[in-house]
Amino acid sequence: MDMTAEMTPERRAELDARVQRKLKKRYRAAKRFHFYCVGSLVLAISFLAFFFTDMISKGHSAFQQAHVQVDVDYAEKNLRFTKRAIAEDMHDIVSRGWLRDLRRVKKENPELVGTKAVAWALADDEVDQYLKGNKDLTGDDNTVEQKALAARIDALKADGKIKMKFNVGFFTNGDSKIPEMSGLWSAMVGSILVMVLTLLFSFPIGVMTAIYLEEFAPDNRLTQLIEININNLAAVPSILFGLLGLAIFINFFGVPRSSALAGGLTLGLMTLPVIIISTRAALRAVPDTIRQAAYGMGCTEWRTVRDHVLPLSMPGILTGTIIGIAQAMGETAPLLIIGMMAYIPEAPEGFLQAATVLPAQIFTWAGMPERAYVERTAAGILVLMSVLILMNASAVLLRKKFERRW
Amino acid sequence: MTMNLAATDLSKTPTAKESPVKIACTDVNLWYGDKHALKGITLDLKQNEVTALIGPSGCGKSTFLRCLNRMNDQIKGVRIEGSIMMGETDLLDPKLDVVNLRTHVGMVFQKPNPFPKSIYDNISYAPLMHGLVKKGSECDDLVEDSIKKAGLWDEVADRLDASGTGLSGGQQQRLCIARAIAVQPEVLLMDEPASALDPISTATIEDLIQELSDSYTIAIVTHNLQQAARVAGYTAFFYMGDLIEYDNTGQIFTNPGQKRTEDYITGRYG
Ligand SMILES: Nc1ncnc2c1ncn2[C@@H]1O[C@H](COP(=O)(O)OP(=O)(O)OP(=O)(O)O)[C@@H](O)[C@H]1O
Ligand SMILES: [Mg+2]
Repeated sequence: MDMTAEMTPERRAELDARVQRKLKKRYRAAKRFHFYCVGSLVLAISFLAFFFTDMISKGHSAFQQAHVQVDVDYAEKNLRFTKRAIAEDMHDIVSRGWLRDLRRVKKENPELVGTKAVAWALADDEVDQYLKGNKDLTGDDNTVEQKALAARIDALKADGKIKMKFNVGFFTNGDSKIPEMSGLWSAMVGSILVMVLTLLFSFPIGVMTAIYLEEFAPDNRLTQLIEININNLAAVPSILFGLLGLAIFINFFGVPRSSALAGGLTLGLMTLPVIIISTRAALRAVPDTIRQAAYGMGCTEWRTVRDHVLPLSMPGILTGTIIGIAQAMGETAPLLIIGMMAYIPEAPEGFLQAATVLPAQIFTWAGMPERAYVERTAAGILVLMSVLILMNASAVLLRKKFERRW
Repeated sequence: MTMNLAATDLSKTPTAKESPVKIACTDVNLWYGDKHALKGITLDLKQNEVTALIGPSGCGKSTFLRCLNRMNDQIKGVRIEGSIMMGETDLLDPKLDVVNLRTHVGMVFQKPNPFPKSIYDNISYAPLMHGLVKKGSECDDLVEDSIKKAGLWDEVADRLDASGTGLSGGQQQRLCIARAIAVQPEVLLMDEPASALDPISTATIEDLIQELSDSYTIAIVTHNLQQAARVAGYTAFFYMGDLIEYDNTGQIFTNPGQKRTEDYITGRYG
C-alpha cells in the first residue's frame, strides 16, 4: 500500500470497503469463539449436573433408616443370648447388629435390666431396602418366605410400628459387616487426622522451599534442576507417591502401616509440589516495585520477604494450599499401597493407629454386593463432595476477599 | 521530542555554589553480562546540591543512579569497577553493609510504589525498623514532619489510616518522597520522580526538591530538560554509557562545551 498517496474521496471509500469486508469476518470469528466457549461450559456443567443427580437419587435414601417398634424383655439371662429378648417373629425384621448391642444395656443402662419395655429398634437391611423400594420381595422370583416377610412388614407399617427415621448411625458408626450398622464415622476421623498431618507436613516445608527458590536461590544449574524436578513431581501419578511412602516412611523409618501418620506423610509428599508451585506463583505476582521500595529503604532480603512479599502473597498461598489439600483428601491410590484401604470399624484414637479415609471407605463399600452398601456408597460420595465443595468455595472466597489493586 | 529551550526561563536556574563534594565517583564501569552500560564515569556530586542526570533513553542514567545505593546488587550478572567514595567509605566495596548504606542514601522511584499499608505505616515502617524512633509520640511526630516536608500534610492529615495505594498518582509519589526522607538520609536519589504526573503535581514536587536540597544531596534523573534547568544546580549529560559533559546547569544549557550536548538540548536527538 502506498502510504504517501494523496487521500482522495475514492481512496477513502476503497479503504473503508476493505475494512468493512474484514470487519464482517472478524465479527463472525468472535461469535464462533464465543459459541465454542459457552458450548464447552454447558457441556461441563451438564456432566456435573448428571453426576450429582445420579448420586443424589441413589444416595439420598441412605440418610433415612427404617426403625421398628418391638417389645423388649430385658431379663438378665436375655442379655446374654439377646435373641430371646424379642419375639421370635421379629428376628428377621430387627437388625442383628441392634440385637448384638443389647448386651451393652447391662453396662450402659443398668436400670433397664429386669424390666420389659417398648423400644424402637433398628430394622434389618432387607426390611429397610424393601420399604425404600430398592428391593422386591413380592415378585415372581421371590421365595414363599420372602413373600411372607413382605406381608408382615406391610402389616407392621399399617400399624405404625415401622417408620423411617434420620440415619444418625451413618454419621456416628464406623464401618460394619452388618450393612444397616455401617457408617462413615471412622473414615471421617481418619480423614481429619490424615489431612491435619498432611497440612502440618507440606505447608511449612512447601512455603519455605518456594520462598527460597523464588526469592533467594541463585539462578544456576542446580536450582534449575530442582525446579524441573518439582514441576515434574506435580505430574507424577499419585500411586508412585504411595510406593515412595511405603519405601521411605514404612519400611525405612518404621512408621506403622495403615496409620494416619503414614497416610499424612505420604499425602504430604504428594501435596508438596502443588504448594510449592502455587506459592511461587503467588510470590511472583507481587510486583517488583514493592521489593525495590523495601530494599531502597534498607530492608534486608529476609525483612522484605517477611514484611512485604509474604503478607501480600498469603491469600494466593492459602488458596493453593486449600486446593492441594482438597486434592489429597480425595486421593485413594497412594493410600491403597500403604494399607489404608482396610476394614476399620473403630475410629482411630491417635496418629499411629490403623485408620481409613473417606474415599477409601467409599471404595470399599462400592465393592460390596448388598443393596444397602450401594446407597451408602452414593451417600458417602455426597458427603465427600460436599466437603470438597466447601473447601474449594472457601478458596475462591479467600481469593475474592483479598484481591488487590496495585 | 523537540525542545524549545528559548521558552525555558534560565534566570530561574539555581546558581551553583562552591559546595564540598559529597560523593566522588572515579572511573565507574558497569557491565550487564557482556553489555558495557557505564563507561568510565567520573563525576562529583556536590553536597546539598541537586544534580540532574539527563540523556537519551537507555544511556545509563538509572544504572548510574542505582550504583549510588547499590540497587544493582539485586540484578543478576552485574559487574562494577571503579570507586564511588562517600567520605571515607567506598560504596562499591563488596564488604560494605548495603542495608546501612541505604539508610544514608534513600531512593524515590519512577513509578510511585507505596506499600499497600496505611499512610502512617508507609512512613513509619523504615524508621521503626532501623530503630531511629520509638513507637508512640516520637514516631507520630516523625510521620507528621515527613509528610509536611513532602507537602502532603493538608491532603492526608485526616486519613493517615487510609491505604497508601488509595491516593492519586501525584500524592503517592509525594508519599514515597516522605517515606524516603523519614529515614533521614544524607543523599536522595530520584529516578524520574515526576514522569507520570500532571503539571501541578510536578510543580509541587519540583518545589519540594528545591526545599529539600537545603538539607539533602540530591541526584535526579529526568527527561524533562526544563525541569533539570529549574531544579538542578549541576547537570550531567550521559550518552550511550559515556558521561559526555558535567557542569553547572547554566553552563550546560547556555554554553555547552560538547557538540553532542548541544544537539541533545536543542532537540536534535530523538
Ligand atoms: N537489568 C538489566 N539487564 C541488562 N541490561 C540492562 C538492565 N538494565 C538496563 N540495561 C541496559 O543498560 C543500558 C542502560 O539502561 P538504563 O536503564 O540505565 O537507561 P536509562 O538511561 O535509565 O534509560 P531511560 O531513560 O529509558 O530510563 C540500556 O541499554 C539497558 O538496555
Ligand atoms: Mg531509567
